[in-house]
Amino acid sequence: MRELTYSQALREALIEEMDRDRNIILMGEDIGVYGGLFKVTDGLMARFGEARVRETPITESGFIGAAVGLAMCGKHPMAELMFMDFAWVAADQLFNQACKMRQMSGGQVQVPLVVRTQQGGGRGNAAQHSQSLEAHFAHIPGMKIVLPSTPADAKGLLKQAFREQDPVIFIEHKLLYNTKGDVPEHMDPIPFGEATVKRAGTNVTIVSYSRTVLHALEAAETLATQGISAEVIDLRTIYPLDMATVLRSVKKTNRAVVAHESHRNSGFGAELASRITEQAFTSLDAPVERVGALDVPIPYSQPLESATLPSPDWIVAAARKTLYKA
Amino acid sequence: MTLSTPQLRDGYRMMLLARAFDRKCEELFQQGIIRGSLHMCIGQEATGAGAALALRDDDILITNYRGHGHALSKGISPRAAMAEMLGRATGCCKGKGGSMHWTDVKKGIMPANAIVGAGLPTVVGCALAGQLDGLDRVAVTFFGDGASNQGTAHEAMNLASIWKVPAIYICENNLYSEMTPISKTAPNKDLAERAAAYHIPAEVVDGNDIEAMFDAVCRAVTRGRQGGGPSFIEAKTYRVVGHMIGDSQIYRSKDEVEEWRTQRDPIMRAGAKLIERGLTAAELEAIQTSVDATITDAVQFAKDSPYPDVREVYVDVFAEPIPA
Repeated sequence: MRELTYSQALREALIEEMDRDRNIILMGEDIGVYGGLFKVTDGLMARFGEARVRETPITESGFIGAAVGLAMCGKHPMAELMFMDFAWVAADQLFNQACKMRQMSGGQVQVPLVVRTQQGGGRGNAAQHSQSLEAHFAHIPGMKIVLPSTPADAKGLLKQAFREQDPVIFIEHKLLYNTKGDVPEHMDPIPFGEATVKRAGTNVTIVSYSRTVLHALEAAETLATQGISAEVIDLRTIYPLDMATVLRSVKKTNRAVVAHESHRNSGFGAELASRITEQAFTSLDAPVERVGALDVPIPYSQPLESATLPSPDWIVAAARKTLYKA
Repeated sequence: MTLSTPQLRDGYRMMLLARAFDRKCEELFQQGIIRGSLHMCIGQEATGAGAALALRDDDILITNYRGHGHALSKGISPRAAMAEMLGRATGCCKGKGGSMHWTDVKKGIMPANAIVGAGLPTVVGCALAGQLDGLDRVAVTFFGDGASNQGTAHEAMNLASIWKVPAIYICENNLYSEMTPISKTAPNKDLAERAAAYHIPAEVVDGNDIEAMFDAVCRAVTRGRQGGGPSFIEAKTYRVVGHMIGDSQIYRSKDEVEEWRTQRDPIMRAGAKLIERGLTAAELEAIQTSVDATITDAVQFAKDSPYPDVREVYVDVFAEPIPA
């Protein structure tokens, strides 16, 4: 099978979807001639023209608002938010507008808007360019939330995003763009709300998404050398959320770790831990462990940043804790 | 004088309807039958009526929380609108939006917005969608003087201008941003000056003169339909009621309100014009009677309509409900 990088896979999905549906319009900062900060839209303006690939001023609220209007009027726009941290600049348009239009209008309008963005730390981008904010989106009803961890998932899920009739926040990770993986020539869209078991195991379930899945898999390798068999689940979308796959696993392993790069306090892991406890309490042999970034702004200096963000070791320690092993 | 007498008569009726609707809402609010928010447009009815006379059904309208007059003039059903006020299943938004989010897509009325300044960027997209489809439709948004201070207003005007989309920005300057005079919160005597910074053609009009409004909107519509890009209209007007029900209005004098109410009222002025053009007082009275009957019918329809089934809470959030 052929290998593509995560960004190549995303680009391929955009091309295939734009060929399929003329209503898909891309807009964002530097996405035209420059091809996007992470080159996901490289060459697309030349290929599809300036009407469909639109460079915007640096006005997140303005152009995401315009994308909401386009979506309400029958188009299927994709707005690229260069860094997730800028979501708050456009917060009103995302949360008060895109998420609520269908309901406020009694179903008369819909907002099939795809917001592509990237988040996460590990590159020394400091406090305003390194955050992971998916939990903020999960708290506001009205938007679907996608966090692919592999090139193939990135492609299949992005294709699905353009089949949705609701707003989608499609969250990439800045350290995944250059990762490689098998991507079939012909890929169908991957339905939302279907988690995958990345590695089977029997002693503990590690639930994760986005780049932290790679940490979880690394942790599982380490745990295996210690005689602990870990099952790793990649949620892929957190809204809708595939609890069935999580519960099936936890009922087998009786232990769970939830791991993400966003802050631990009030992170999406808290929701997962709560749901696992509510829905599989009698299966649990230990409290659900949560792994997330320290609750401090992400610092710049490399040793400080590394100390702030979760590593595979943190997941190993959390898994061992569920087994009462120090 | 560019409105024909039948058009002026239609506009007069639109304004009477807007006023009677809001006055009825006020009454129902005070009786506890309408809940939540109510921002009446009493005194500002000419802006919506003048604009509506210049627009087609397929032209897009995005108004704000003081938008009952705009939407009624653009053709929203008074029955569906009143049922919405009463939270009924037959409301224009199935009772889910209330006063501030009236929608009627068939009439080009996109959801009204309750966030000050939020409609300005959205309307760029609505205008762009038509432009991309090769249509000659325009997209209009109404907003207040206060909204012209919001960052979104400036981002949106900039975007509309560089993309040359047929967006029409109608700023209703009623002199007060909620409860604070615009003179304290903006340095411009005319807010239309702000459009110049974005190379958007702008004009200042007497927003209480339905003909002046109509003329200005016609110019903007022509520009938009012909590919000339966005326009900005500052309509000088005044709300003779509070920002919302219960507003003490301590920020302005009673004399000022009275002057606007008795000397500059847009309905009174349009009525005088109709008389000048030969209509009789009895003919004007007949319009009022017909409007009153429409309101009575709308209230009866609303009261006779059922509340939404509670299972509706999960409907219209997503295209397909997502299990909890």
